Amino acid sequence: MTAFVAKRLLAAIPVLFGLSVIVFLMIALIPGDAATAILGSFATPENVARLNADLGLDRSLPEQYGLWISGVLRGDLGQSFTLNRPVLDEVGQRFGATLILAGAALVLSSIIGLLAGIVSAARQFGWADRAITLAVLVGISVPSFWLGLILILAFAVAWPVFPPSGMVAIYGGGGPLDVAHHLVLPAVTLAVVASGVIARLTRTAMLEVLRQDFVRTARAKGLSERHVLFGHAFRAALVSVIPVIGIQAGFVLGGAVYVETVFQWPGIGAMLVEAIAKRDVLLVQGGVLVVAASYVLFNLAADLAQALLDPRLA
Amino acid sequence: MRRRTVLQGFAATAAFIALPRLGLAQIPPGVLAVGQIAEPQSLDPHVATATNDFRIAVNLYDGLVRFRSGTLEVEPALATQWTISPDGLAYRFTLREGVAFHDGSPFDAAAVVFNFDRMLKDDHPFHDTGPFPLSFFFSTVESVTAVDPRTVEFRLKEPFAPFLSNLAYPTGLIVSPAGVEAAGKEFGRAPSGTGPFRFGEWQANQRVVIARNEAYWDGAPALEAVIFRPVADANTRTAEMLSGGLDLMVEVPADSIPLFRDDPSFVLQEAPGPHVWFLILNTREGPFADKRVRQAVNYAVNKTAIVDSLLQGTASVADGPIPRAFGFANDGSTEPYPYDPERAKALLAEAGVTSATLRFLVPQGGSGMLEPVAMATAIQADLAAVGLTAAIETFEWNTYLSTVNPGLVGKGDMAAMAWMTNDPDTLPFLTLRADALPENGGFNSGYYTNPEVDALLDEARRTTDQAERGRLYEEVQRLVHDDAPWLFVANWKQTTASTAAVQGFKPEPSFLLPLKGVSKA
Repeated sequence: MTAFVAKRLLAAIPVLFGLSVIVFLMIALIPGDAATAILGSFATPENVARLNADLGLDRSLPEQYGLWISGVLRGDLGQSFTLNRPVLDEVGQRFGATLILAGAALVLSSIIGLLAGIVSAARQFGWADRAITLAVLVGISVPSFWLGLILILAFAVAWPVFPPSGMVAIYGGGGPLDVAHHLVLPAVTLAVVASGVIARLTRTAMLEVLRQDFVRTARAKGLSERHVLFGHAFRAALVSVIPVIGIQAGFVLGGAVYVETVFQWPGIGAMLVEAIAKRDVLLVQGGVLVVAASYVLFNLAADLAQALLDPRLA
Repeated sequence: MRRRTVLQGFAATAAFIALPRLGLAQIPPGVLAVGQIAEPQSLDPHVATATNDFRIAVNLYDGLVRFRSGTLEVEPALATQWTISPDGLAYRFTLREGVAFHDGSPFDAAAVVFNFDRMLKDDHPFHDTGPFPLSFFFSTVESVTAVDPRTVEFRLKEPFAPFLSNLAYPTGLIVSPAGVEAAGKEFGRAPSGTGPFRFGEWQANQRVVIARNEAYWDGAPALEAVIFRPVADANTRTAEMLSGGLDLMVEVPADSIPLFRDDPSFVLQEAPGPHVWFLILNTREGPFADKRVRQAVNYAVNKTAIVDSLLQGTASVADGPIPRAFGFANDGSTEPYPYDPERAKALLAEAGVTSATLRFLVPQGGSGMLEPVAMATAIQADLAAVGLTAAIETFEWNTYLSTVNPGLVGKGDMAAMAWMTNDPDTLPFLTLRADALPENGGFNSGYYTNPEVDALLDEARRTTDQAERGRLYEEVQRLVHDDAPWLFVANWKQTTASTAAVQGFKPEPSFLLPLKGVSKA
């Protein structure tokens, strides 16, 4: 098992390295540059050239990349041009916020998705199944930024039980309870689509398992239906659902971009959008690197969980 | 059992909702929460470039001079008076006595010299605390000298009348030399000035807090503290206002205007801004090489409908390259082109252009661009009504700037653009002169040239008499309006919404946000 984990982690290194080269080249290739973004209306060729020199952007691309990567190896991700602060500080803080949001959304969507999938499968073609299928369809189809705004209007403006945006109250806030309170609306918004996907796949997996012999045997033994469903069928179905949850983790990280923007959640998605618009190449690099690394880790965790559930895969 | 679990669940949820109601509409009187449009880049006014940052900076710092409230005219601040030499090359300022920076160090002539040398001299020991992207505002400064502790003299390389306006702009705010020496590159996150508020804290992406400066030379402000919150999404900013999370917001989106206007618990205010939204017309090639066609499109577009309906009154119709916000340089004698499609058709017929397809470049968003795509679509429809087909091509903002700035030849017939400036000189000087053609490193992307306009602009730069300068700009306005190198569309207004509890607040034409006179019940 240790060898398996080590191998997977080593394999991630070339992936991250390649990704950093691609991101670097992409930012260099798209028109526009950081100096133009910073200067805005005043981006005369003369001012742009002067500022690019100040920012070190007048160097050749390989030289710029070389400087960056040698910094990374020393644990220094550079300085953001647009925020005038170390990339590591910004990315670290932002990623922490995203992890809270994405983590909460993932837990929420797993619980809702798994339960809905099980109920749906157990009552195949019954009213509960139809209702859940419809809800799943709606959940998958609703754009998250729209749903976010509707939730804000309903639960922050019309019936003000939750704050509309932010991560902590700007006056007198800051505790874990305060963060949790701010977390509810964005986490629910983000969880909706992922719940739908998980529910669909759980239903399919459960239906498949419920038709198998060992389930019939369990029923024949006289076990209660609840015991059959949760003790036997669900455990078997989970093996094929776990990787999907791993993929949803990536999806939730990606979907966080919109949700973070609508709810002003200070996460890494909203940061990346802004950084790309401003051509803040080091901030983009740092952000992408962290997101990609966490994606690799999530999938590894999902694989490990799967292996634990099904020894044949280990 | 099952029902009890459900009930317990409900009870827990209710408790959770009821418990932490802290922060929901509970900001006390005396503390003002302001909704900003983005996270600040830096609170060092020489490093920052965005109005968003300057809205905080003007409360932390003072300049030698400042814009008089409600105008873009210059009045004394840290300098009590000044004299300009007859050749317009030397500006001598007398400094206010007994002023100290928030860190306790004294404000004097040496501090002023430090501020400008840091920005302008590559060999200054603290030049590396930059970069200072807007330092070119002072590129005509040759030297800054402390004549005595209370007197400072700026020598210019050439006469430059906008110098005082540039000093009043936030790039001219005075930072504490001791503060810069202590914090180095981190000064932008540990700022120290002489302003009515001192820096409190900056929690990245959450809030910037500033607190009352009891020792302020112009009397302590009424507010105890101000919290600036970045809320990038305009709809979310509106929702925060409605739910009591903010007391004041800037840049109210057009769609939210009726909401605030119709609700007596809010106050909606506006101030005309030094901003122009226009279409650059390609005067070098294609149909717009003919002045009559350029005038025709100015008649063809219903600007009033755009500002009133589409922008919900958050802008007014532009009459030329110099916005009316510059009162001394625009007396309103040049009227906007009226909406007159028949006149447009007649001019087009006269020019022999009865139908044409125009390549119309439009950014998807961008600084000061308002609702570019919706506005472009409205313009497209008006042009179609007079027989012109406009083919819209949209671009991401940064890509757009690097496409349009080098000039329109081979790319398009017209391009949407917006500028916000602090002096009537800036926009025409950078965009309408022969010396500003893209090949000469300027922003004259539509290649307009008129020797008379060039001469007037040069003369205005040399004229230190404000009334005379104003007259020259009015002449520029009249000529450019008639030559129509642009399709003049709109001047954006600074539109703010505040709760009824906020007293003494007025939006400024500079789009800045001085809060010294504001109180909150």
